[in-house]
Amino acid sequence: MTDDTPLQIGDHTFHSRLIIGSGKYKDFAETRAALDASGAEMITVAVRRVNITDPAKENLLDALDLERTTILPNTAGCTTADECVRTARLARAAGITDLVKVEVIGDPKTLYPDTAATLEATEILAKEGFTCLPYTTDDPVVAQRLVDAGAAAIMPLAAPIGSGLGVCNPYTLRILLEILTVPVIVDAGVGTASDATVVMEMGADGVLMNTAIAGAEDPIAMARAMKLGVEAGRLAYRAGRIPKKLYATASSPLEGVVR
Amino acid sequence: MHITLNGEPYPVNPGTTVGDLLALLALDPERVVVEHNRAILDRTTAPAQPLADGDEVEIVTMVGGG
Repeated sequence: MTDDTPLQIGDHTFHSRLIIGSGKYKDFAETRAALDASGAEMITVAVRRVNITDPAKENLLDALDLERTTILPNTAGCTTADECVRTARLARAAGITDLVKVEVIGDPKTLYPDTAATLEATEILAKEGFTCLPYTTDDPVVAQRLVDAGAAAIMPLAAPIGSGLGVCNPYTLRILLEILTVPVIVDAGVGTASDATVVMEMGADGVLMNTAIAGAEDPIAMARAMKLGVEAGRLAYRAGRIPKKLYATASSPLEGVVR
Repeated sequence: MHITLNGEPYPVNPGTTVGDLLALLALDPERVVVEHNRAILDRTTAPAQPLADGDEVEIVTMVGGG
């Protein structure tokens, strides 16, 4: 088999197809250790007001090796296109990247994206030169609209954020993978390594996860499990699995059996 | 005089610049982004920006998130 092609998102090239989040770790040392164990080359961060009453805390960016780690700022917490655009502009002004995970939440209980607002924000940000990775549902029509609006990759949820349910609707994901011409990064809903393997086997270009690693009993071990799960799934996808059949097919010759 | 800093009233001395404010808060200018009256300030010129009574200032940074 030939070597795998790298994951290309806009002008950015990645050899790892796993992207991890930086939330929920107990400290920056654990974040760094999980990043190392995962082999991920890109990590998401959130944009927040500094704590005025206790501003001298160590900064996350100082804890990461920015030479070999690409930062993917998100617009998590935003509930309108305006908030999302403002947050993305603030992120870019930090001067470290043009990438943005466009995220506009439409419902606090499911954390489902507001896809209309996500589309509006993606249109604006793509025109401003951002490399947009919108977090969206697995709706193929919305995904195609986001591509038309200039998204560099599409990030459909496998299941609600932090739910760990794995792919809830493999059929719509298959449709997305078939129709989209930009990378598809499954974002949210992965619970364990086999979930990551499943989406990669289906042909996803990558997987983004946070809680599945950070919330595991041993986040560092789970980060390594996810690395292996993503690699196994990617390799199986490229290897071409056998078709599923209802009845058995013998593995040993049917002739020459001693009777 | 008072500015609104990250949504809260905040007293500053007249003549204070954004650079003074960052120094007062012990913030690394390389690790924060400042928005002044809804306009994002360029990193190189931000420190010299003077503040006036009633100004709205947002100072943001990157934190852990998914």
